[in-house]
Amino acid sequence: MTQTSRPQLSARGLTRRYGAFLAVDDVDLDLAAGDRHALIGPNGAGKSTLLNLLAGTIRPTAGQVVLAGRDITRLRPARRARLGIGRTFQTPAVLESLTALDNLVVAAWRHTGTHTAWRPARRRTLTARGLHRLDEVGLGDHAHTPARELSHGQRRLLEIAGALSADPAVLLLDEPAAGLAEHDLTLLLDALRRLPAQTAVLLVEHNQDVVTTLAHTVTVLHHGRVLATGTPHAIHTHPAVAEVYLGTPHGTG
Amino acid sequence: MSRSWRAVLRRGSGLPAPVWGLATTAALATAGCLADPYTLSTWTRILSLGLLALSVAVLAGTAGLPSLGQVAPYAVGAYTTAILARHGITAGPVQLAAAAAAAAVFCLPIGIAVSRTRGITFLMATLAVGELTAVAAGQWTTVTGGTDGLAGIPATQPWWGTAPILEDQAVYGYAVAVAVAVTAVLWWTLRTPAGLLLQGCRDDETRMRASGHPVARYLVAAYVGAGAIAGIGGALLVTGQRYVSPGDVGFEVSALVLLAVTIGGGRSLGGALAAVALVALVRDWAAATVPGRGPLLLGALFIAAVYVHPKGMVGLGRRRRQHPPVEVEVPSS
Repeated sequence: MTQTSRPQLSARGLTRRYGAFLAVDDVDLDLAAGDRHALIGPNGAGKSTLLNLLAGTIRPTAGQVVLAGRDITRLRPARRARLGIGRTFQTPAVLESLTALDNLVVAAWRHTGTHTAWRPARRRTLTARGLHRLDEVGLGDHAHTPARELSHGQRRLLEIAGALSADPAVLLLDEPAAGLAEHDLTLLLDALRRLPAQTAVLLVEHNQDVVTTLAHTVTVLHHGRVLATGTPHAIHTHPAVAEVYLGTPHGTG
Repeated sequence: MSRSWRAVLRRGSGLPAPVWGLATTAALATAGCLADPYTLSTWTRILSLGLLALSVAVLAGTAGLPSLGQVAPYAVGAYTTAILARHGITAGPVQLAAAAAAAAVFCLPIGIAVSRTRGITFLMATLAVGELTAVAAGQWTTVTGGTDGLAGIPATQPWWGTAPILEDQAVYGYAVAVAVAVTAVLWWTLRTPAGLLLQGCRDDETRMRASGHPVARYLVAAYVGAGAIAGIGGALLVTGQRYVSPGDVGFEVSALVLLAVTIGGGRSLGGALAAVALVALVRDWAAATVPGRGPLLLGALFIAAVYVHPKGMVGLGRRRRQHPPVEVEVPSS
């Protein structure tokens, strides 16, 4: 990794319009290497849409996405993933019929060495790494369990383990803590703390504890626009933010 | 309930797949020594249909693309073999390679087009491909002989320089050898990571893309590979009956084979092969004992299969899409 002040991932004037409704409205966002950036805001603020615009799942109506100096606005999700953008989904997306271990092998497949599909040696390497990573997220005993038989929390952890095994330069997490029980939440936080220091992380999150534990920077989105950006403490005491949250179910307390 | 017996089918009641493969091969070989010529010629045709069924099973079961048009590459393989043989090229390996290659080349542009669709649209698009091929087989008289078909096809030589195989028993032996070899290669291929990647595409395309996988490219490769297998099936058909006509590559054949794959559970190669034998035997038996009631009986079999295996074709073709690519957020007021 080259140490530059240039952001890993940046959005300029990113806009997504659905008919008359602006889901994301002229958003600028910079993620530098090593950033731990949380995206918060009331329901419908456009957080997931913004994440999908960055991952390429949705095309923007206007604006630009730049990864390490390269304009990727027109690139498809798979291409962006190969360039180093990893992501997880709001509903844990795992490959149901594959075992937990094979999920990790498939997740890392495009990110290691050559892409020849018939290399048993490569599969062995990925299998060994996958087993190690499953241990890290507490799924070591479930390596050979089909993903469809895992609990919600385990699937979430499996998806995150998959995203991590691609060694992404930028990691986009959509509500990683949603629906996790205490035990799984601890495993999740451990896994995220073990991320390489230079990985840039952007997470959409409602859980205040997770945000304060992980994030160095918080951006508040409201009606698709950036309302405020700052340290967790600054955001916590920001008057406009308090106003937005007042009376909504996701109070920041 | 249905889940447990499907699991049994899939895992072959605990026995490893190679054991099943060897046992089946041994049974087929024994049958070849005992059965009468008529039965053997029936079984040669079933083996040819079996390869077509494998081709459908790979697409429907492993890649999640249920196709009604695999009869198209089957036809390309059959007519390629017929034309080669009529031009004096009767060496089996050449015929098989040419049939596979022609079917694969045929499938490449079509695969690029149809792999953009899913589910029912894919079913309809591949149905159109199959129908157009059958129509072409009936009308392109200079190449295919039109509705008269191509007759008087010289017998295949199993290897360069060997005598042509004329006996039903020998033809059957050739068909068993080819079918076993193709099945073994396919089984092995699906066990490599290539099989994992295809299953991944079937399970969740969005997740696969987010992990950097070029899903469309994988699916086109699967379509081309499945086409090559169907093409080899077509070559066996011509070696077996030494005649080919549009009736051999019509819609009924596609429907029959997709029905068999549905009954077989789709994800199991052995299940698909066993089911195609069952369906073909029911059809032939019905044609002889209750003339004209064959389709009715197959229909009943199909309903029974869908009832016992409720997901049926939809289950085979259904793809997980819990998180659609476009999520419109409703603003909170």
